Amino acid sequence: MSTEARAETFAAADWEGGVLPYHVGHRKLGMWLFIVSDSLTFSALLMAYGYLRASNVWPTPFPFSPSIIFSSVMTFCLLSSSLTMVFGVSASSRGDKAGARKWIVATILLGLTFVVLHLFEWRHLIHEGLQPFFLPKHWVEAFTTTDGVPPSPLFGATFFAITGLHMFHVLTGALYLSVVAARVKKLKHEDVEISGLYWHFVDLVWMFVFPLIYIMSVDVHGVTKAVAG
Amino acid sequence: MSAHVEEHFAGSNKLFSTIWIWLLLITGIEIFLGYKPMALHFMLTILLGLSIIKAALIVAYFMHLKFERLSLILTVVPMLVICICLLFVFFPDSFRSAGLRYKFREPPPVVKSETENE
Repeated sequence: MSTEARAETFAAADWEGGVLPYHVGHRKLGMWLFIVSDSLTFSALLMAYGYLRASNVWPTPFPFSPSIIFSSVMTFCLLSSSLTMVFGVSASSRGDKAGARKWIVATILLGLTFVVLHLFEWRHLIHEGLQPFFLPKHWVEAFTTTDGVPPSPLFGATFFAITGLHMFHVLTGALYLSVVAARVKKLKHEDVEISGLYWHFVDLVWMFVFPLIYIMSVDVHGVTKAVAG
Repeated sequence: MSAHVEEHFAGSNKLFSTIWIWLLLITGIEIFLGYKPMALHFMLTILLGLSIIKAALIVAYFMHLKFERLSLILTVVPMLVICICLLFVFFPDSFRSAGLRYKFREPPPVVKSETENE
């Protein structure tokens, strides 16, 4: 059936009340609307980061080891956790509650691995001397332009705000999923699917945070190390 | 599209695994590109393009939107895209404030005359 023909058959009856016009439950529609609003929060933060980066001298301090290795493994964890989540939802749709619980627990573990690795990465940067409104001294030396313009100290603010908010979402998701895993036998399939929607959204946000924050700030020439050493 | 689509979770585990491998591949390409010397705006465009492809794969298959009703897709997606695009309105101001900073395009004249005297 063509899209137009389908639209016509749907149009009349669907919007007159008494049925679910989107053919999804209210809770699922609610989760979609929450996801839309939360994506706008993250877009606004990433745009603010882009704004600051374009109007300032910006440091590009991330070394291959540990920052890029860690963030790549973290990306791998989060992508894999999305796969295990979708397996869980798939099992739940077949009525296999035990299978769903197993896959959701795997998802939680991968999510927690992500958070632990991320905290190690934060600790490394904090030890270097990065703070929300101050750069480490050797970064300032390394990235001051030949004109004498120093790099923006807001690097830390954007980094900690964006990755911190994302980490908070991962933690919240892990909590949410543990409740779902514990109560999976009492829950309807659609409720499991809704928790999956949230988890995939967290993964989706990282797909933008990772390239924009990490890959765009790779220290290709090893400037930071040269100054420190 | 039958009425059963809403009750069953469409898509096989094989399909989801294929999507996962694609996502990993694209991530690998992104990391590789990070170490390629190229103009910043060029790299930004490629990275954002790849990220949008990844996001679309996640939304379409993992979040199952491809198998939902057209009315839900039309409610959720275009509005979000338009709102995000509207945020780009801030960038001309960002470029302006970058241009306001004084830059030493030439060495100061005093220094020049000193070197001439020598």
